[in-house]
Amino acid sequence: MSAASSVQRPHAAGSVPGACSTVIRAEHLEVGFRDKVVWRDARFEIQRGEFVAVIGPNGAGKTTLFRMLLGLHRPLAGSLEVFGSPPRRGNDRIGYVPQRHSVDIDTHIDCESFVRLAVTGTRWGPGLARREEREAAARALGSVGAADLAHKCVGTLSGGELQRVFLAEAMVGNPEMLLLDEPLSNLDLRRSRDLVALVTDLVRSRNVTTLLVAHDINPLIQSLDKVVYIANGRVATGTPDEVLTSESLTALYGVHVEVLHDSRNNVVIVGGEEGLGGEHA
Amino acid sequence: MSFSWNIVTDFRLMWQFEFMRNAFEAGTTIALVAGIIGYFVVLRRSAFATHALGHVGFSGAAGAVLLGVNPVFGLLAFTMSGAAGMAVLGRRAASRDIEIGTVLAFMLGLGLLFLSLYKGFATEAYSILFGEVLGISSASVLFTIEASAVVLVVVVLLYRRLLFASLDEDVAEAKGLPLLALGLVFMVLLAVAISIAVQVIGVLLIFALMVTPAAIAVRLTKSPLGAIAVSVAVAVFSVWLGLFVAFFSASVNPYPPSFFIVTTSFVLYVAVRVAIEVRARFVPRGAVDLHPNPSAGRGSI
Repeated sequence: MSAASSVQRPHAAGSVPGACSTVIRAEHLEVGFRDKVVWRDARFEIQRGEFVAVIGPNGAGKTTLFRMLLGLHRPLAGSLEVFGSPPRRGNDRIGYVPQRHSVDIDTHIDCESFVRLAVTGTRWGPGLARREEREAAARALGSVGAADLAHKCVGTLSGGELQRVFLAEAMVGNPEMLLLDEPLSNLDLRRSRDLVALVTDLVRSRNVTTLLVAHDINPLIQSLDKVVYIANGRVATGTPDEVLTSESLTALYGVHVEVLHDSRNNVVIVGGEEGLGGEHA
Repeated sequence: MSFSWNIVTDFRLMWQFEFMRNAFEAGTTIALVAGIIGYFVVLRRSAFATHALGHVGFSGAAGAVLLGVNPVFGLLAFTMSGAAGMAVLGRRAASRDIEIGTVLAFMLGLGLLFLSLYKGFATEAYSILFGEVLGISSASVLFTIEASAVVLVVVVLLYRRLLFASLDEDVAEAKGLPLLALGLVFMVLLAVAISIAVQVIGVLLIFALMVTPAAIAVRLTKSPLGAIAVSVAVAVFSVWLGLFVAFFSASVNPYPPSFFIVTTSFVLYVAVRVAIEVRARFVPRGAVDLHPNPSAGRGSI
């Protein structure tokens, strides 16, 4: 992505390239709602610039993890730190793509106006579009290769285009961390791969720490640094090679789970929950 | 009154009458507010909630009539509490049509009871249900302008936040916007707008000013400010043309202006939908961006 180099990242200026620094640290984290614990005793660390997949069955608490990182949901117990302090709402260092439903075919607004709201949407007053704001939106769209969509109506985009626009919205203001909730669901295999390539490029070229919730790990597996696997009320973390083994997943689920590899290094998980990772294999 | 082809003379003639001046002043103010609030109604998919609030307002107005109070205060009291209730239950709750439908049916029944207890039943009910723009007093005009000014100031102040929270609530929440408070403020603004609009168009026809103009606007322009401008223009035009036609057709028969207002916005809506359809079919692809392309597989994002 050529546009990547055109964006300055003031936050990264002081950091030594390749140096590791912990951006997320969870200790004995217990997560749930008033009457129900979703998962407990989670420990993990995410380093700056890592590309992390968050995998697990429906209802395992993946979105809840994101909501905690965004300061929208409190842990029941344990500690969670983001950039060295407890999560807080409205953190400009985090870009977020929710698994959203509020945009559909009846959303009649052009992509540039939509993305611009990420810059101006929290301000008071009517605010006529200023040049810097338009440019920030255009830059964000450019950074995900969606400059040509600027004047298209959000409601008319295809699933893949829409995910790129959402990603552009998240990239406004050059965040240091991206939280992407199921961006690949509803995309076919080719569009999935395109989006993964785009996200990987953002992670590598800008050192943006990225957590991506997915159902199927296979489109991601080549690009990942780490996997956070949530199942059965517990969390396992490590490199894909550490986590995606029969032993580790058997321990996580508490029932026998088999991890199979095909000739192209795709993973199929048998047992545990419904054939995770097997859908596209 | 005789109609001439000189529009200026026609308006001079109409505006000689105080009731017509009042109708134009109140109607224009309300069209302005309804056009703006209506854009957010369409954006937030709150059309049914809008309709329901009209019904809630009906029982409030009827109750006020029974108590001998100006109906607009009954409208305000009931619509504002209804709106606050919907907002507190959350936006997803506010789009649950079964529950809303159940409550609004009860509210209409309650309004009917209030009116049956009141002796002057028929005319009062008629004017609440369908509006009585030609009977607006100067005092009501003043109140309408004051209430509208408050609504407009709040909308201007909250414009970008409301837009963000309406279009993209999850991201807006993550960015720190208070969704509940914004939803509450919006619903109260909607309640005020409905309460004053009822005088012109009545609770049953509220859609014509609150939803139709904005529904036309979003199909004509993709920019939010542009859409609001078009929405206001359509609402104002509908009111003006409706009053105009009602005034000059009164010598034939005293037709209700509400009918002409509703008809104008409806005809414009149909015309715009047809025009977009025709353009999409006959203008080569790429030149048209107004109409959603049905072949662009959207999935269930």
